[in-house]
Amino acid sequence: MTATTDRFGAFGGRYVPETLIPALDELEIAYASAMADPAFVAQLEDMLRDYVGRPSALTDAPRLSELVGARVLLKREDLNHTGAHKINNTVGQVLLARRMGKTRIIAETGAGQHGVATATVCARYGLPCVVYMGAEDMARQSLNVYRMRLMGAEVVPVTSGTKTLKDATTEAIRDWVTNVQDSYYIIGSVVGPAPYPRMVRDFQAIIGREAKAQVLARTGRLPSTVVACVGGGSNAMGIFHAFVQDAEVELVGVEAAGEGLDTERHSASLSKGRPGVLHGAMSYLLQDDDGQVHPAHSISAGLDYPGVGPEHSFLHASGRAHYVAVTDREALEGFQLLSRLEGIIPALETSHAVAWVASQRGRWPAGASVLLCVSGRGDKDVAQVSEMDILGA
Amino acid sequence: MAFVSAITSSEAIGARFAALRSAGRTALVPYVTAGHPDAGATVALLQGLEAAGADVIEVGVPFSDPMADGPVIQASSQRALEQGMTFDGVLSAISRAGVGVPIVLFSYLNPVLSAGPDALRRAADAGVHGLLVTDLPVGSDPATEAMIGEGPLAFIRLVAPTTPLERMREIATHGSGFVYLISRTGVTGMRDELPADLPDSVARLRQATELPICVGFGVSRPEQAASVARLADGVVVGSAIVRAAGESTEAALSLARSLRSAIDGA
Repeated sequence: MTATTDRFGAFGGRYVPETLIPALDELEIAYASAMADPAFVAQLEDMLRDYVGRPSALTDAPRLSELVGARVLLKREDLNHTGAHKINNTVGQVLLARRMGKTRIIAETGAGQHGVATATVCARYGLPCVVYMGAEDMARQSLNVYRMRLMGAEVVPVTSGTKTLKDATTEAIRDWVTNVQDSYYIIGSVVGPAPYPRMVRDFQAIIGREAKAQVLARTGRLPSTVVACVGGGSNAMGIFHAFVQDAEVELVGVEAAGEGLDTERHSASLSKGRPGVLHGAMSYLLQDDDGQVHPAHSISAGLDYPGVGPEHSFLHASGRAHYVAVTDREALEGFQLLSRLEGIIPALETSHAVAWVASQRGRWPAGASVLLCVSGRGDKDVAQVSEMDILGA
Repeated sequence: MAFVSAITSSEAIGARFAALRSAGRTALVPYVTAGHPDAGATVALLQGLEAAGADVIEVGVPFSDPMADGPVIQASSQRALEQGMTFDGVLSAISRAGVGVPIVLFSYLNPVLSAGPDALRRAADAGVHGLLVTDLPVGSDPATEAMIGEGPLAFIRLVAPTTPLERMREIATHGSGFVYLISRTGVTGMRDELPADLPDSVARLRQATELPICVGFGVSRPEQAASVARLADGVVVGSAIVRAAGESTEAALSLARSLRSAIDGA
């Protein structure tokens, strides 16, 4: 296994303790063998159809379209079982873990959506599941903590560092290093050491495959622009992947600008970071001059991460995709906008992508369409946002 | 600078192990987190550890996200960063300590990359002899590994209990100074028992390399150090020293002395 095959240009790789190298080799081989096995692929397809509820709908957004001046089409990952795109990946990885004979599942979670998706599929297969979650995120997303526990998962609060996704990921890796023989680590985004970024992308790529066919059937042509929010970047890689070879399709990733890109409080790794190594991969990273990782900030726990998937770094460096950033305040406007105009309450993560599209009115020529990934539903965020009184009572 | 190396770094470490081997002794290799509890204490600790009988000293470069470390070294790293410790601050403490035993930097990759292309040269000038990078396994990044391998420091590589024999051989050919054998799967930290398969791991590694073998992770008490000393060429003690250093420098040195006599009595 050579390092170069596990990279996206200069990004990616396997920057992990030696203890994990045989486990990553084993995973790489098991993944390749599973995907070459028609029985595994059929089992995955059955689960995605009958348990997750795929294909997810493509929904025209007429009132948002009118506002923007282009036909906006929503890829409805919020309609999946558990309410977000995360389950596409956890179904794939749990099936893989079972095939590998692993008896215990570890996961990290930020907003809790990946933790919920993991707990869900583990419940379905009767696998013990331990989810690491930052103590601050547990407070922000208490509903998801309850959901995970309801489904039998153990949720472990992480109190080190910034008490958010970054630290939960570090803690999950520590567990994995310790229990590597029997445990399988389900990473929730296109991050981590190879083969995770590619594997998670492949499991999420169903979003873009479906959406591409749906858009073509509905409009007769490819979308002008594909837009998704980017924290670690799994929903974005999932929807981008089918379009990367279509040079005429613009790919836009929307990062969290938090309180503003000119402040210290944001999560815009691609817009404001520089390449570095965190959690096993070389990628753009928020860090200080000494290479210490800079705490990220976003109103949305799912985007509150100082790194980003290495393939996004590659698409950014090569110019194939471009990355913009939206503030907390703008995201809250996006949250409200999609709720009011379309009757769809988006996750705060998704709200960043909504806000960017809404800010681009007049950008597209007549007849253009914009494909927007609704990565998750906003129910989990309603309690947090209601306390902010954005409706102005 | 109090200490100027007349021989290359790799040779300094090799010479130390050759001398130990001919004397029939095993190396005591304590680990300290630079800047914990503060930079001044680190200088005193390095000097005191040499006097207490350390043969090689590992100096940890604090990192914000130490994924291979347990709670003691995590907390010490966080404390060191809060005190403003930096890569060059670590070098400055080493230079000020001016000890005669070989110094090995123990770091995650990102602080080393951020320290710039001449970081290894600056480290050598400060009196560092070797570099160990926790998250740069053999084959993970050939360009960076070559940059380190061709630099002025010995490049100490790690072997894990999960490492197959064939990969042990490959690792050994890409390292110098000594090989660091991780005693168990898991993070750094104190454990009650040594792993039962440790003798087997050491024996397999002996088949793969003639480099000296130092064993670490989970070794904290003198009797454990003595058991390891009967198998390996060096005994690394990290978290126990770091925890004691958090109490007082003297507590850490007292532990080092008892480790030394336990190893010599083994």
